[in-house]
Amino acid sequence: MRPIPTFDKPLLSVRNLRTSFFQDEGTTKAVDGASFDVEPRKTLAIVGESGCGKSVTAQSILRIVDRPGRIVDGEIILTRADGSQTDLVKLDANGAEMRSIRGGEIGLVFQEPMTSFSPVHTIGAQLVEAIRLHNDVSKQEARRLGIEALRSVGIPKPERRIDEYSFELSGGLRQRAMIAVALSCDPRLLIADEPTTALDVTTQAQILDLLRTLQRERGMAIMLITHNLGVVAEMADDVVVMYLGRVVEQGSVDAIFHDPKHPYTKALLQSIPSIESVPKQKLPTISGSIPHPFNRPRGCPFHPRCVSAMPGRCDTADPTLCEIGDGRKASCFLYS
Amino acid sequence: MVAYIVRRLVLAVMTVWAISVLSFLIIHLPPGDYVTSYIASMSASGSAVSADEAQALREQLGLDKPIHVQYAKWMGLILQGNFGMAMEWGRPVADVIGDRLMLTMVISVAAIVFTWGLALPIGIYSAVKPYSIADYAFTLIGFIGLAIPGFLLALVVMYIGFAYFGANVGGLFSPDFAEAPWSPAKLWDLTKHLPIPAIVLGVAGTAQLIRIMRSNLLDELRKPYVMTARARGLSEYRTIMRYPVRVALNPFISTIGYLLPYVVSGSIIVSLVLSLPTVGPLLLKALIAQDMFLAGTIILLLGVMTVIGTFLSDLLLMWVDPRIRLGRDGR
Amino acid sequence: MADNAAASVASPALDVAVAAEDRIAVATQWQLIWWRFRKHKLAVGGTVVLIAFYVVALFADFFAYVDPTESEAQRSLMAPQDIHWFDEGAFRPYVHPLKGTRDPKTFKRVYVPDTTAKVPVKFFGHGDPYLFLGFIPADRHLIAVEGAKASETLFLLGTDTHGRDLWSRLMYATRTSMTIGLVSVALSLVLGVILGGVSGYFGGTVDTVIQRVIEILRSIPTIPLWMGLAAALPSDWSVVQMYFAITIIISLIGWTELARVVRGRFISLKQEDFVMAAELVGCSKARIIFRHMVPSFVSHIIAATTLAIPAIIISETSLSFLGLGLRPPAISWGVLLQDAQNIQALVISPWLLYPAVAVIIAVLAFNFMGDGIRDAADPYL
Repeated sequence: MRPIPTFDKPLLSVRNLRTSFFQDEGTTKAVDGASFDVEPRKTLAIVGESGCGKSVTAQSILRIVDRPGRIVDGEIILTRADGSQTDLVKLDANGAEMRSIRGGEIGLVFQEPMTSFSPVHTIGAQLVEAIRLHNDVSKQEARRLGIEALRSVGIPKPERRIDEYSFELSGGLRQRAMIAVALSCDPRLLIADEPTTALDVTTQAQILDLLRTLQRERGMAIMLITHNLGVVAEMADDVVVMYLGRVVEQGSVDAIFHDPKHPYTKALLQSIPSIESVPKQKLPTISGSIPHPFNRPRGCPFHPRCVSAMPGRCDTADPTLCEIGDGRKASCFLYS
Repeated sequence: MVAYIVRRLVLAVMTVWAISVLSFLIIHLPPGDYVTSYIASMSASGSAVSADEAQALREQLGLDKPIHVQYAKWMGLILQGNFGMAMEWGRPVADVIGDRLMLTMVISVAAIVFTWGLALPIGIYSAVKPYSIADYAFTLIGFIGLAIPGFLLALVVMYIGFAYFGANVGGLFSPDFAEAPWSPAKLWDLTKHLPIPAIVLGVAGTAQLIRIMRSNLLDELRKPYVMTARARGLSEYRTIMRYPVRVALNPFISTIGYLLPYVVSGSIIVSLVLSLPTVGPLLLKALIAQDMFLAGTIILLLGVMTVIGTFLSDLLLMWVDPRIRLGRDGR
Repeated sequence: MADNAAASVASPALDVAVAAEDRIAVATQWQLIWWRFRKHKLAVGGTVVLIAFYVVALFADFFAYVDPTESEAQRSLMAPQDIHWFDEGAFRPYVHPLKGTRDPKTFKRVYVPDTTAKVPVKFFGHGDPYLFLGFIPADRHLIAVEGAKASETLFLLGTDTHGRDLWSRLMYATRTSMTIGLVSVALSLVLGVILGGVSGYFGGTVDTVIQRVIEILRSIPTIPLWMGLAAALPSDWSVVQMYFAITIIISLIGWTELARVVRGRFISLKQEDFVMAAELVGCSKARIIFRHMVPSFVSHIIAATTLAIPAIIISETSLSFLGLGLRPPAISWGVLLQDAQNIQALVISPWLLYPAVAVIIAVLAFNFMGDGIRDAADPYL
């Protein structure tokens, strides 16, 4: 494995990203000003409820946002292997450069192992295709590399499995194969969008172990998208909390879990059932529910459900993400 | 896979059986039987048939036996290749049908090839760029194609050909080749005459297939594996052609099963209007003349050819879809 | 403010201060379908056209101006007449009457327009008497002429080979062709819903058997079969008997599509949680089917039924065109098109193709309307 070069700069830097979906019924601001950095060799977890824009952020980075969605503002700055920086937003989504980055420098592992593979092509066909897209090798060589890739993710008898169809593999094996495809070209950043949500708990643990091992071996960075705080605690170095398309808090995993600053983060952590909680007590939940995307509240997006909301301030102005010391950031009027 | 083939084969056989029963019923539906029409045609030419002679004839032909016995006899004869006599023509049915059945299948297949050739790219384009001007235009043309019954289109084509070009655009052969024995030259002549019948027959089916392809592909395009293919770095064109199109192709291929009967059906009337030497005009004449053996046999053979075609398309589908080959997906 | 924001994403019940959103919140299912349908311009257009067709069908006697069976051989194959709309600057529509002369070459009596005379055309004027709806005497027609007999003067779409006025025949043909579709589809609907429902709801062997039957019927080429069945009908049956026999024949094969749709709906609905909830509460099977399941897919059935009608119209037209369906003196679009079978005659008298235009428009209209209903009923289709 070639050593992944590191520089002083973050591997990936997202600045003020805005992605919106333009439909007849209205415009949905799926990502509404998100900013965060991914450090090389580290794992960044992006946490939030369904619909907060985590997946769309990942798609925006890879420039595969589906119509009618479009990136409308912001920068996504990738530090390349030679130290130069490229703004991914400015590239042509279907152009050669973006396509070589996609799958080559940034890999994607998806949530749905069931349907992430084409049902009518073998695993091997899709694996070999990915390899040959980013490496100039012959078919036989690519096949050999593919078998190696399957072996490296712990799939037994890879030389047989490579010719099987996705429906012939179990869920766990399928997800491993998915990871193999994503890693087959040695990406410097792996984006994992809910990689374990569709798996049972035992397989979940195995896949997370695998990801950690591979990260150590290859020195790659992982951007882990999940709504499962347990997974975050296990895997992440840094955490970004998103709500309604915005980053509301950012910090190291220890800081976030032991000393959450934003009311939303606090509420999320409180709502996790814990072995230490008092029995027969009602589990705290966050009151209300996520607003309809066409119906965003004025002011801070969280204020209607916030226990610390300050009337007059929180319902009129928009808080911005600012430093609150120790490398932590929060987007809340309590701190600014 | 074997289970699949056996299932489709059993279904095909059952369908053929059902068609044979229906054909037999049609043959015997009109009042009177073969002997009655025989007597009628004899007396028309001047000779009379006595009641005893009629009875003897009936016994000889087994017409006094119960209907299921007659059916069994008829099926027995058919399986030996004896299709009975065409009364109007006074010749064996097989002779009268001759080339026509094969030609019917030729234009049907040509129509299907045309239909596919057009529907596939248009369907793909409409799905990839939905709600664009081209999409609406194709949808509209498709609708019009759906709305015009084949024979009307044939009429219009004939009319235009005659009125503006003074040419008779019907027929499958030029006059010199019509009765000639088969040769490469005759084959070429046939090919030159195929486009118009193929297009006229195929237009309605094209519209349907475009809609099917469009909606299937639209569904597939939303699925995750398309996104992962893109995420691997494939170009947009390759992403779409290699993956969702390939998957959407399967239900597309399975439509032959219904397209073939539809096209064969349509060819009957279209060949009447375009004066094609196929089974259509022959069937109509037979029905009007109440020559039931000829008519019933034609219906039977048409049905059988269609079932064979459908079965072949099932095999094609199996070859193309690994899910069926390996026995998954409950098919 | 908090109330405004706290709205659920799942249901369409948004309580925002936007009036349209509020309306959606309290709309019934049928209202929602109607609003979506309204947005579909083609579908609405198709519906308007169909209403027009059925108005013609109902009031055929009013729209026609002569008896459709009145024939005169010497008037055969006359070209459509022009209505002259302006008479010396004033809006006074008129036509030239016909006068009989002898063709100098053949010495046969022919009719040619007499350009010296003008017969005023009146709309909603008096004409030949008829019985509206079979029992109300009336004599007003859409188009009539003053001071002359319509049967000798008006030939707006020309005449056929027997000298019968095509316009009037077209009006009556519309009545027959549009209603045969309805009767036939009603039969198919009954068969389809019963068999499809039984198949879908009970599953198991019953389902397999019915499924096989449907598959078999679908793989048989229909037209030869219809031709055979139609030809087997005794030729001495009355027009009405033939009408119903043809209807039954067509619907005997047409029900398969509807059965498939119904079965599909039942199968997917069976697994819905609300069905299980109803069972757990103790509802009888009949109640579950009719009160709970059927309302969910009535709109789909309506869409499928509407889309089935064009095929029936085309089938009847095809059969009659061949001479195997409805036969004279019955009048339908197919019967009218029989005259167009002869290409040589057609080239000389292209107006014989006008009934084809009616067929095409009707089929298009049904298709548009049916598509509109289907898209409105199921936004996820």
